Amino acid sequence: AFHNLQELRHSASLVTKVFVQRDYSEGTVCRFQTKFPSELDNRIERTLLEETVKTLNSYYVEAEKIGGQSYLEGCLACATAYIVFLCMETRYEKVLKKISGYIKEQNEKIYAPRGLLLTDPTDRGMRVTITNDLAQRTSSKSQGQPTTGHILVDTTLFVKAS
Amino acid sequence: MKNCEYQQIDPRALSVSPMSAQNRAEMKAQRSRRKWEVFPGKNRFFCDGRIIVARQSGVLPLTLGLIVVTCGLFFAFDCPFLVEHLTVFIPVIGGVLFLFAVISLLRTSFTDPGILPRATPEEAADIEKQIDTSGSSTYRPPPRTKEILINQQVVKLKYCFTCKMFRPPRTSHCSLCDNCVERFDHHCPWVGNCVGKRNYRFFYSFIISLSFLTSFIFGCVVTHITLRSQEGKSLIQAIQESPLVICFFSIWSILGLSGFHTYLVASNLTTNEDIKGSWSSKRCTEESGNPYSYNNIITNCCVTLCGPMPPSLIDRRGFVPLVEASPAASATEIELPPFLAKNDSNMCTRSTKDVLARMVHAFDSRGLCPPGTPKTTPVGVEVSSSPSAGCPLFSRSSRKRDSLHSSNPAFRLASPSPSLSRNTMILGEGPDVGFIPIP
Repeated sequence: AFHNLQELRHSASLVTKVFVQRDYSEGTVCRFQTKFPSELDNRIERTLLEETVKTLNSYYVEAEKIGGQSYLEGCLACATAYIVFLCMETRYEKVLKKISGYIKEQNEKIYAPRGLLLTDPTDRGMRVTITNDLAQRTSSKSQGQPTTGHILVDTTLFVKAS
Repeated sequence: MKNCEYQQIDPRALSVSPMSAQNRAEMKAQRSRRKWEVFPGKNRFFCDGRIIVARQSGVLPLTLGLIVVTCGLFFAFDCPFLVEHLTVFIPVIGGVLFLFAVISLLRTSFTDPGILPRATPEEAADIEKQIDTSGSSTYRPPPRTKEILINQQVVKLKYCFTCKMFRPPRTSHCSLCDNCVERFDHHCPWVGNCVGKRNYRFFYSFIISLSFLTSFIFGCVVTHITLRSQEGKSLIQAIQESPLVICFFSIWSILGLSGFHTYLVASNLTTNEDIKGSWSSKRCTEESGNPYSYNNIITNCCVTLCGPMPPSLIDRRGFVPLVEASPAASATEIELPPFLAKNDSNMCTRSTKDVLARMVHAFDSRGLCPPGTPKTTPVGVEVSSSPSAGCPLFSRSSRKRDSLHSSNPAFRLASPSPSLSRNTMILGEGPDVGFIPIP
C-alpha cells in the first residue's frame, strides 16, 4: 500500500498533459508564462518551447492591441448598433486564425516529431495551452487494470485497495 | 442537508475509464451533440446554440414591453400632433433611437457575456497538484486565493470551486447563471443576462440610447401638452393619452444608471469592483489604485467601449468530441463523492441516472462523508428516492447559498466564492486554510 503522495508520484510512469499557465503580470491581456514545465525536461529543448510561447504572446498582443484600427472598428460597430459584428470578421478573429495556423505549423514541425501536441488556447478557455502526449500510453491500460499514468491527487482513495 | 463537501477529484476519472463493450457501442450509436447541449452552466440556448440567455429571463419581456408600449403611445398620439406643428423629423429621430435601443438590448441579452469554460478534469487536477506540494498524506482542499502581481500591484486571485480553477483577474462567478464571467460587471435582471466583458459595450449603448429615447419622448410629450394647452384644447385628455407617467419615472433611474456607468467606463471599473470597493482609497495603500486603469479618461473609455471584441470561449455550436467521450463520462463521475469510487467497476454498466440517484440517496442517508470510513456501497438504493431531493449535487442554486448571498452577485461584499456555503470539511489535520463550516 502506498502511504505517501510523493511515493505515488514517483511511481507514475508518465503524465499525459502538461499545462502552461497564464501570466497575469500585465493585466488581463492574454499572455502565457514562459516558465518551462519540468515534466518536459527530456522531451523538448527549452528554447523551442519558449520561442513558441513568446510568439504566441506576441500574436495575442497584436490581437488585443488598442489603436487606430480597433477604435475604427469599435466606432463603426457602435454607429451601426453592432449589427456589423454579425457580418464582418473582427480583427481579433483574424488574428486567432493566424494563431491556429501557427500552432498547426509548430505541431507539424517541432512537436509531433517529439511525440507532443500543442493545443490551441482558444479551445481551453484561454487559460492554458496544453502539451499532450500523442502516444496516449495510458489508453492501453484501459481494460480494467489500475492505471498509474495519471495525476494523483488523493492518497486515501488508494489505501483501500491493499 | 444539501450538497456539502468539496468534491475531491477522482484520479480514476482522468484516465480512460474501463468501459464495457456495450457502453462503447452505445457511445458510437449516439448522435453527435453540440456543446451547448452539455453545457454545465444554467444558461438556456435557442436556435441551436446561436442565442444564449440566462436561466431566468428575469424581466426582459417586461423591459421590452415597456419600451414598445411607451414608444407605441408616443408614435400614436404625440407624433401626429407634433408632425403638423413642428417637423417631420420627430418620429424619424424617435424611430432611430427606438431601433437602436431595442437592438442593443437584444444584443446584450443574447450575447455570451464572456463565460469561461470550466476546467477540464486534467486541468483541475494539475492545479491541485501545484498547490499540494507538501506531499502530506491527508487531503486538503486548495487554498482560496493566490496572489499575483499586476502592474506591480498585488492582486488576489480566488479559486472557484464550481469551475475548479483560479479565476483570472476581474472574473467573478455568477451564482444565477452558475458560470465564471470575465470582467464581470453585474447580473442584470432587466436584460436577463450577465453583463461582462463581451457584452458590456452593448449594455452601455443600450442604457445610453434608452436615456436619449426617454428624454426625447419626455421632451416631445411636454412640448405636445404645452402646445395643446396653448391652443385651449383638452389638457387632461392629452396627458392621459401620452406616455408621460412612464417616462417621468423611468427617466430618472435610467439617467442615473447611465451616469453611473459613464463614471465606471471612464475609470475602467466594473460594478462589482466599485461596490466591493476593491480599489478604493480607504482599502489601499498610497501607491495602489486600479491597476487596470490607464489613468486617462479618454483612453479608458476607448478601451472599454471601442476595444477589440474577443470571441466567445464556450464554442456553443461545436460538437462534443466522441473520441474524448471518457472525459464527458468522467465529468459525471467526477461529481461523485469519494465513497462511491470503489464501485467504479460496476459504475459504467449503470446508466448515469441510476448513478445520480444512488448519490442522492447516499447524501440523504449519510450526510457528510467522514474520512477513512469503509467505502461500502449504499444499500437498498431506489431510483424513486431521487425526485424529492432532486439532484442536490447538480442544482447549484441551493437556497442556502442564496440566503447567504443576495441574488445580485455584485452585492456579495465580504463573502468569497459561493461554494463556501457548502459545508466544507477539512480531512485530517491540514494547516488551517480558513474554511468556515456552515451547518
